[in-house]
Amino acid sequence: MLCDVCKCNDATVFLTQILEGKMQKVNLCDACSKEKGVQDPTGFALADLLLGIGAAEEIEKGASTQKCPVCGFSQADFKKTGRLGCSACYATFADGLGGLLKAMHKGTEHVGKLPERAQRAMKLNHRMRALNENLQKAVAEEKYETAASLRDQIKQLESDLLNSP
Amino acid sequence: MKFSNVLATAGEWLRGEGPHHQIVISSRVRFARNLRDRPFPGWAKKAERTSILDLVRPCVEDLSEMQDSFSESLQDLSALDRQVLVERHLISREHAAKGAGSAVVVNRRQTLSVMINEEDHLRMQSIRSGLQLKQAFKLVDKIDTALENKLEFAFDERLGYLTACPTNVGTGMRASAMLHLPGLVLSELINQVIQAVSKIGLAVRGLYGEGTEAMGNLFQISNQTTLGEKEEEIINRLTKVIETIIEKEHDARQVLLQKKPNTLSDQIGRAYGVLTFAHAMASKEALNLLSIIKLGVDLGTFPEDRRLPIDELFIDTQPAHLQKSSQQKLNAEERDHLRAQIIRERLKLFPKPDISKMARESGNGSIAGTIEQ
Repeated sequence: MLCDVCKCNDATVFLTQILEGKMQKVNLCDACSKEKGVQDPTGFALADLLLGIGAAEEIEKGASTQKCPVCGFSQADFKKTGRLGCSACYATFADGLGGLLKAMHKGTEHVGKLPERAQRAMKLNHRMRALNENLQKAVAEEKYETAASLRDQIKQLESDLLNSP
Repeated sequence: MKFSNVLATAGEWLRGEGPHHQIVISSRVRFARNLRDRPFPGWAKKAERTSILDLVRPCVEDLSEMQDSFSESLQDLSALDRQVLVERHLISREHAAKGAGSAVVVNRRQTLSVMINEEDHLRMQSIRSGLQLKQAFKLVDKIDTALENKLEFAFDERLGYLTACPTNVGTGMRASAMLHLPGLVLSELINQVIQAVSKIGLAVRGLYGEGTEAMGNLFQISNQTTLGEKEEEIINRLTKVIETIIEKEHDARQVLLQKKPNTLSDQIGRAYGVLTFAHAMASKEALNLLSIIKLGVDLGTFPEDRRLPIDELFIDTQPAHLQKSSQQKLNAEERDHLRAQIIRERLKLFPKPDISKMARESGNGSIAGTIEQ
């Protein structure tokens, strides 16, 4: 059996991965398995789940040029190290990371501890949404006094948001 | 606090007697945290790492838990001193390889250590004796909350705490316990246990974590995933699994006592013989034999007051501790010689194994657990 990557050497490493419910089989030769970092199981899972060996070539063409605007990290760097460049990389590479995180973890959303800062911000955002909804409703119902009071509350909240740490 | 002070006293986790301490050597919980929009240590340039260190380090040192702490830059520690910290599980092997721009802060009791600029900007860890994952979690959670008021951590409403490696994203928490399982190893049940544990999303590793070999019948069990489950749930699930493993270990020991008492006494006798008379001993052999002596203490063949000297030897015979105690760099052959010598000296006052006392195991430390809580 030939190696799926270089298609010239005999494959010596056989891998089966379940990725988003689909089974993928990959056969690699010694040299390619080393190059893909298969010797290091964590590095392998990271890089390949993200790039999906089967589709690696097409993805690489498009995405590897994308760089994180905050730290300048690229997808190729991730492939090499299995680590990201900064916290903003999670947003930059969100598309590629989605499947990877799904395969890696129990769930796709954080349900644990919230930093106080985030809690405060989330509360304020939640309140802002509620106020805006009420304001629209009041305007639609032509309750202008209520609307004026809601508008003042929104202004106050906006300044609170700006001044919060 | 100076390094010599760290060295002079063993950590609380080694001396302490937490719940189930016969089988659970230690419990550890670590949080990974990062500063928002600053490059992670692996990607940051040296100047940036240094500036992050200068920002974070005073905040860590100012924590009330860190009064009179040991705080040092990695570049100011010798290779040997770093290795000592690894052997005490106060820093990771990866952190020991770091230089400029990385530091470690350890509290006086050595129950808390914060690595700055390891793989993440902050890795804070609490280590306790016995099965005390909840207590370890509480301590780390407390200092995390305190630090959060001074530093803005990278956090996303959907993904939680953002970490350099996607395997840690979410809670950023890794909880683990070091278990001593000679009964399951001797009765060849250990692979079954490892497989069962892996199936439920927990990881089993060797003495020094990822990619290390199991020696001295010591196994580390930890959570594998960090996203989609609450911290408390992870801790509870892990604690339950560990309690089941403890039960299995006790059962395995009972079966060995009933069905293979001769094999057991032979193992203990041989371990005692070799440790008492050998003149060269590699670290792996020492751990494996000390493990059997520890089992002997659990089973009553040695008096209970011999437990601590044996537990201390597990650490004191590690390569860096050995060289530190001899005040010089030693090659492998010299180390093996010195290791055997130290063990012989410590075992001089050790009574011979009393096989007639080998019976049901004594208590499993549950009383200590009640007091602790």
